Amino acid sequence: MTLISHDPEIRRLLGGLLGLLTVASAIGAVLSITTKGDGGRAIVANLNARTRAWWVMAAFFTLAVLAGPNGAVVLFGLMSFLALREFITLTPTHRADHRALFWAFFIITPVHYWLVASRWYGLFSIFIPVYACLWMPIRNALAGETKDFLARTAKVQWGLLVCVFFVSHAPALLMLDIPGYDGENAKLLFFLVIVVQMSDVLQYVWGKLCGRHKIAPRVSPGKTVEGLVGGVTSATGLGASLWWLTPFNPWQAAGMAFAICAMGFFGGLVMSAIKRDRGVKDFGAMIEGHGGMLDRIDSLCFAAPLFFHLVRFGFAQ
Amino acid sequence: MIADLLASAVRLFAGARSRRSEALSINQEANRPRVYFANHTSNLDFVLLWAALPKPLRDQTRPAAAHDYWTASPPRRWLAAKVFRAVLIERKHVTRTNNPLDQMGAVLAEGESLIIFPEGGRFPGPAPGPFKSGLYHLTHRYPATELVPVYIENLNRVLPKGEVLPIPLICSVSFGAPLPQVTDETKDAFLQRARAALDALRTDSPRS
Repeated sequence: MTLISHDPEIRRLLGGLLGLLTVASAIGAVLSITTKGDGGRAIVANLNARTRAWWVMAAFFTLAVLAGPNGAVVLFGLMSFLALREFITLTPTHRADHRALFWAFFIITPVHYWLVASRWYGLFSIFIPVYACLWMPIRNALAGETKDFLARTAKVQWGLLVCVFFVSHAPALLMLDIPGYDGENAKLLFFLVIVVQMSDVLQYVWGKLCGRHKIAPRVSPGKTVEGLVGGVTSATGLGASLWWLTPFNPWQAAGMAFAICAMGFFGGLVMSAIKRDRGVKDFGAMIEGHGGMLDRIDSLCFAAPLFFHLVRFGFAQ
Repeated sequence: MIADLLASAVRLFAGARSRRSEALSINQEANRPRVYFANHTSNLDFVLLWAALPKPLRDQTRPAAAHDYWTASPPRRWLAAKVFRAVLIERKHVTRTNNPLDQMGAVLAEGESLIIFPEGGRFPGPAPGPFKSGLYHLTHRYPATELVPVYIENLNRVLPKGEVLPIPLICSVSFGAPLPQVTDETKDAFLQRARAALDALRTDSPRS
């Protein structure tokens, strides 16, 4: 098995990414000089903060993936941990939940990612949905507090599913055996992350350019039909144009990218509903220009499982 | 050095976000020590508040802490003495010679600042409990002191009373504007005003 960093396709991809970010930074620099007026300046400042954040995120992600399979697992494990922390911070919990939450953070999450790293698919796929979901209510019942029992337990279970289990399907791509694609699975991870993140960006851009009809004004006032259609179409096109990175042909790559974009959109919508219910705009404030970790990966949470299973049942042995 | 590392580690673990009132200067005025008074919900309170202070302020701020707890073992004694430079307050056997007000007053007289928890005990609710009179007596003796309310949020969820292992939730520490000085104020009026200033820092974020 050759090092993934020696793969010519990875090099081409990283070159493209570098170019894209350089262009974005250059445009931002020009705009920050030419833009007049407070409103415009605020938007440009936000844009530049986002671009800087993209540099940081792209660097982290690339380094982790190039470090080998365990690098990606550790990175996604940390992301899950931080996302879960934001989720639980914003969710009202009771003092009696303390021990169950300790389990969720310090035992269940690390063990689950250890299962990803050790490529133990069978236990990986049931550990959280079955056994963690059984243990959380047991632990809470042992704690003896019955007030809001069902709601409290469900919140911890849901946090584990979304922030840990669903997200972990992204690094789990590395455990699949795809004929003729041996040792190249990291490129599938790039494909997933690039498509899902570019879909978010392009929906935002299309929405700002020509968004008029709101899709779900009560849940997420920023989401428009024009943004959705434009963003999903262009991100699907982008995914199709990256077919050479994957074991798919261009049509299959387009279909996969569409599935990723659609689930990503719904992920953002569902997380917006939760945030609105809790009365906040962002889950946290980790990265300048962005919300928190969970705001960054909400679309990934929903897209990763579907993409993983499409690949597993359609392409893997 | 160790203190700085510890402060960074605490901020990282607690994901601490600190908010500072515009009216609170980063630079403490010379000869104008401060008393940071905060709500007390967890044993880690003073550690987080201390860690959230900018380094120049942290270096001249000493937390008031319970004598019996912080002298119970050698590591605690070391932390209290060397790292936090805590002012150890006797809770149980207060006599004329170890009056906490004298101890705290000596710190202020040297121009250093204090962290105190005027509720006098851990209070679980989001709203601060009624204040004990120590804050009043302290400010009465040292009127030059700036009184800064600090609201600590979520830390009681990180380490609730009776638990040993913390969970890593995101906490916030809000520093308010110094309390304006009012002359001829009764003790009760002062304590209520101080408590209201602290309560006002509470964000109306949704928490049970």
